[in-house]
Amino acid sequence: MTDLLIKLIPLFPLLAVILNGLLGKRYSHETAHRLAWGSVGLSFLSTIAVFVDILRTGKSYEVIAYQWIFGGDLTINLAYLVDPLTCIMLLVVTGVGLLIHIYSVGYMHGESGFTRFFTYMNLFMVSMLLLVMGNNYVVLFIGWEGVGLCSYLLIGYYYDKVSAAKAASKAFVVNRIGDAGFLLAIFLIFVNFKTLDYTKVFAQIGLLSPEMATAIALCLLVGAVGKSAQIPLYTWLPDAMEGPTPVSALIHAATMVTAGVYMIVRNHVIFDSSPTAMAIVGTIGGITALFAATIGLVQTDIKRVLAYSTVSQLGYMFLGCGIGAYTAAIFHLMTHAFFKALLFLTAGSVIHALSGEQDIRKMGGLSSKIPWTHRLFLIGTIAIAGIPPLAGFWSKDEILAHAFTHHHYLLYGMAALGALLTSFYMFRLMYLTFYGTSRMDHHTEEHVHESPMVMVGPLMVLGVLSILGGFLGFPPEQGWLHQFLEPVAGLGGEHAVSTGLVLTLMMVATGIALLGWALAHYFYSVNLSAPDRLAKQFKAAYTTLLNKYYIDELYDLIWVEPTKTLGRWLDWFDRFVIDGLVHAVAQLADLVAAASTWAEKYVIYGGLNAIGYGNHLAARQWRQLQSGMVHHYAAVIVAGIFLLAVIVQLIMQL
Amino acid sequence: MLEELASTFPILTCILFLPVIGAVVLWLFDDEDMVRTSALTVALLELALCVFVLLRFIPESAAMQFSEHVPWIPALGVSYHLAVDGISVLFVGLTAFLTVLIIIYSWDTVRHQVKLYMMALLALETTTMGVLLSIDLILFFVFWELMLIPSYFLIKLWGGGAERHYAALKFVLYTLLGSVFMLVGIALLDINYHQWAMLRHMEPTYSFDLLQLLSVPIPFDQQVLIFWLLFLGFAFKAPVFPFHTWLPDALFEGPIGMAVVLAGLKLGTFGFIRFSIPLLPDASKSQTVVAITMALGLAAILYGAIMALVQQDFRRLLAFSSISHLGFVVIGLFALNYQGLQGSLLTMINLGFSTAGLFFIAGFLYSRQQSTQLSSFGGMAKQTPLLASFFLFIGLASIGLPGTNGFVGEFLILLGTFKANWLYGGIAVTGVIFGAAYFLWYYERSMLGPLGKAVKESMSDLHPREILIAAALSVMILWIGLYPAPFLRMMNGSVQALVDRLEGGTVASAESKQPIRVD
Repeated sequence: MTDLLIKLIPLFPLLAVILNGLLGKRYSHETAHRLAWGSVGLSFLSTIAVFVDILRTGKSYEVIAYQWIFGGDLTINLAYLVDPLTCIMLLVVTGVGLLIHIYSVGYMHGESGFTRFFTYMNLFMVSMLLLVMGNNYVVLFIGWEGVGLCSYLLIGYYYDKVSAAKAASKAFVVNRIGDAGFLLAIFLIFVNFKTLDYTKVFAQIGLLSPEMATAIALCLLVGAVGKSAQIPLYTWLPDAMEGPTPVSALIHAATMVTAGVYMIVRNHVIFDSSPTAMAIVGTIGGITALFAATIGLVQTDIKRVLAYSTVSQLGYMFLGCGIGAYTAAIFHLMTHAFFKALLFLTAGSVIHALSGEQDIRKMGGLSSKIPWTHRLFLIGTIAIAGIPPLAGFWSKDEILAHAFTHHHYLLYGMAALGALLTSFYMFRLMYLTFYGTSRMDHHTEEHVHESPMVMVGPLMVLGVLSILGGFLGFPPEQGWLHQFLEPVAGLGGEHAVSTGLVLTLMMVATGIALLGWALAHYFYSVNLSAPDRLAKQFKAAYTTLLNKYYIDELYDLIWVEPTKTLGRWLDWFDRFVIDGLVHAVAQLADLVAAASTWAEKYVIYGGLNAIGYGNHLAARQWRQLQSGMVHHYAAVIVAGIFLLAVIVQLIMQL
Repeated sequence: MLEELASTFPILTCILFLPVIGAVVLWLFDDEDMVRTSALTVALLELALCVFVLLRFIPESAAMQFSEHVPWIPALGVSYHLAVDGISVLFVGLTAFLTVLIIIYSWDTVRHQVKLYMMALLALETTTMGVLLSIDLILFFVFWELMLIPSYFLIKLWGGGAERHYAALKFVLYTLLGSVFMLVGIALLDINYHQWAMLRHMEPTYSFDLLQLLSVPIPFDQQVLIFWLLFLGFAFKAPVFPFHTWLPDALFEGPIGMAVVLAGLKLGTFGFIRFSIPLLPDASKSQTVVAITMALGLAAILYGAIMALVQQDFRRLLAFSSISHLGFVVIGLFALNYQGLQGSLLTMINLGFSTAGLFFIAGFLYSRQQSTQLSSFGGMAKQTPLLASFFLFIGLASIGLPGTNGFVGEFLILLGTFKANWLYGGIAVTGVIFGAAYFLWYYERSMLGPLGKAVKESMSDLHPREILIAAALSVMILWIGLYPAPFLRMMNGSVQALVDRLEGGTVASAESKQPIRVD
């Protein structure tokens, strides 16, 4: 029964993709969206059933759908592994996915590509489900590139917009860099273990030398860095905000971008075997967390602020992985899915209310006009800022505390500073959007309206999850989530840490978050001229941040442009050097033709007889061959060839 | 000896000659519609025969199946010997499939000398089938050369470019030059066999038969020499970098139908896996040969991809992408292990759906704008959503997205190459990135964004015939992508035999008198 349910989980949305994709134009938008979210709902229900079963029995399931690629010593099945880790991912993906699908019904209402949107969203669900459910690296990779494709399609949803089209291609190509790394990891794993199934690989992990573990882990990391938008491959994610807001919420916040974290946790035994790789993961996470937060400070597009915040929060998850706090990383992945989905969708509600406006400089004072959106956004903000008892506090604090108690003080410092910035830029966003005086133009202001229930409803559920979700991991390091994940992720090493230290760290974290809020309050509510004054005073720093450290420009300069130049140069080389040689040879061919005619006449028979070879060729047949079925040119060739053959033969006999 | 399963009914002969007989019959008709219908009927019949062979083909077997063997020129040891095995059987089906699609495509796009065009196309099908089915090397060579005649006229007479005469001649001369070397190689194989046969008093004393040639050992030096001679023949045809410059010209100047054949049927690399590797296993795995072929393959991958990145014309882009893909095939072949060979074989078939499919897309674009230049397009997705969708889908298959056929082949090749040599595998993987870049960049500029200046508002989306072509290709792409089992099973037996032969070498195998194990 459970086996069947597991097989059905990705099949429901797949069915919706096929129906909506092929027949979507023949029926109404209502039918299309019901199919779309209904199928995700069914996946969600199946997930719950599987989850309950695993909760009760403590079993893991491996289910083979069919043999996919095979031959020689290689067998790759399309097969699923559902264990506690997959269960948590499934719940997040189908649960948050369902809410976002429902929200989208309202958000996308009236769009011309309505059915197309839902087809892509469902295709995304299929890919994401394969990604988390696969029992081997190749199924993971199908999902991995599948979600990348859907991300491409959905970022480019408004494909007649140049910026959207460019952002889509950029996302795909940058992700492919990561995917190439991932492929290398898969090959290394196969070469070392002769299998690509997780369970078989992890069972032989003892055979792995530390150097090889480092190599595999780093290749996997390249993949993870691409998908989860970490330094140095994060640049596609802010641009990905060109997609409709539900896409940003589902793909570019709650699920797809966390795939890298899932992948690292899934492979934690490999990472555990390599301290070097772990250190690199942690460092990348820490730097990204801080770096992206600084850019978030000055951005003016509501979705871009959230995008940098996502990059930064993913950094925390990587940091968690890097210090061995795998459960905490997954915990943060989960709470982040709740509150970031909430934030994006409420931001979508704001944008919806303002007829498409995304610039926070043209907002302000919205709290009374869209009260529900305001309240829910506030919940999301408090949650991400890390103020207890909301969800973000518990998971982020656990990562920070783990860093501190395991003596990663530098990483702790970076994460703590990042937390301060996070709190600051999120409340800045809050103030600029909802409080103070309105900076909207008159026309927009007249049309401001609260979103319909179909949008607010899912937001409320996410709001509740953002408030309460943290308690799944309470008390710290011994919560329900920790026990549930223990068989897969371990507890990251038992440390006898005094309760006093834990409480102190919690207080420090809370203090940092509140300080960020206070600063934002001062700058954007009390002393309104301060931000501009600061910006003028530190003009260089400000413009650098505003231009995102010029990283995009840098990449263009060192990668894109040189490649194009090389291409143009090679094009010239191809036309004039290689083809030039060809033309030169062609001119020689005239000479060769003349020579071979001469050879046929005077040398061939002599040559053949010279080695007694000609006797075997009945002259009559030879003549027949020559005059009958083969064209004259062929005769020339045949003659020439045998001559050559004979000469070669003679030389070899000498 | 390799096991041979003779056929009671000469179905391969039927497959071989049906198209050319059909072509002769076409001569009788004057009405153009009648010509088209008859050509399509012939092609469909041919496809039906091929499907029959595919269905009756015994999978997981290395045996030569449906074998027919008639002496032709006994004194020279030349025979009319046809058979299919796991290496060739899928190519046979692919050829018939593509010919049907080309005829459907040409229905209203070829407007002058329809009869001659269809005749040339069917003649080309026969010669291609001859190349694929021949077990005798002289027979093979005859078809290899004959193939040039219809190809030449197709490019010259129905090409759209101004330089089509030049392109046609260049194509023919290139291939001819290559075949000169190849024929020397074939002759050397025969001479080696002859010497061996004389020594052992074997009958016949001369042979060009692949199976007989496989049964005698070839001294290593001789193998290397023959290898390079055959290599030139196949590499010119494939084309392997740096012998590729005829390809962009032929694909650009020639008609779409010809481009589909040239880009879709990888006969050059088929030659490697059909003849070079099994006949010359010791040479194939010698260090120099592996180093040089790998270097050429890797160079082709990167060179082709970077060239594709800067092309402004879609057909030229496809030509270079084709060269890049062939690089993958070459490195897979010379990884000389199971996954490499299997992946290369599958990729050759895959390209017949994806790259050939993109040429059909190029054809669809051409029928609308009389050009495949980037400047003629822009923002087409709004105007022609179906065209844009199929374009994207087939394109994604060509860059190896999982779920499409391209991934299965590319993955196996890369895995095989990596197993053989980490460095080569590592370099080849970067091709994956460039592939995405050149395709998506072109797609973005031609299909997305605002409507291009040159795009007419009245431009129509795909019509039913075009949808049929694109849908047929898409079905194959998904089928091989999601459930490749039937295809893999057909080739697995022969791939295993090839791997065993590579491990054994020719000397060992001759002594055991059991050169290729049959499971």
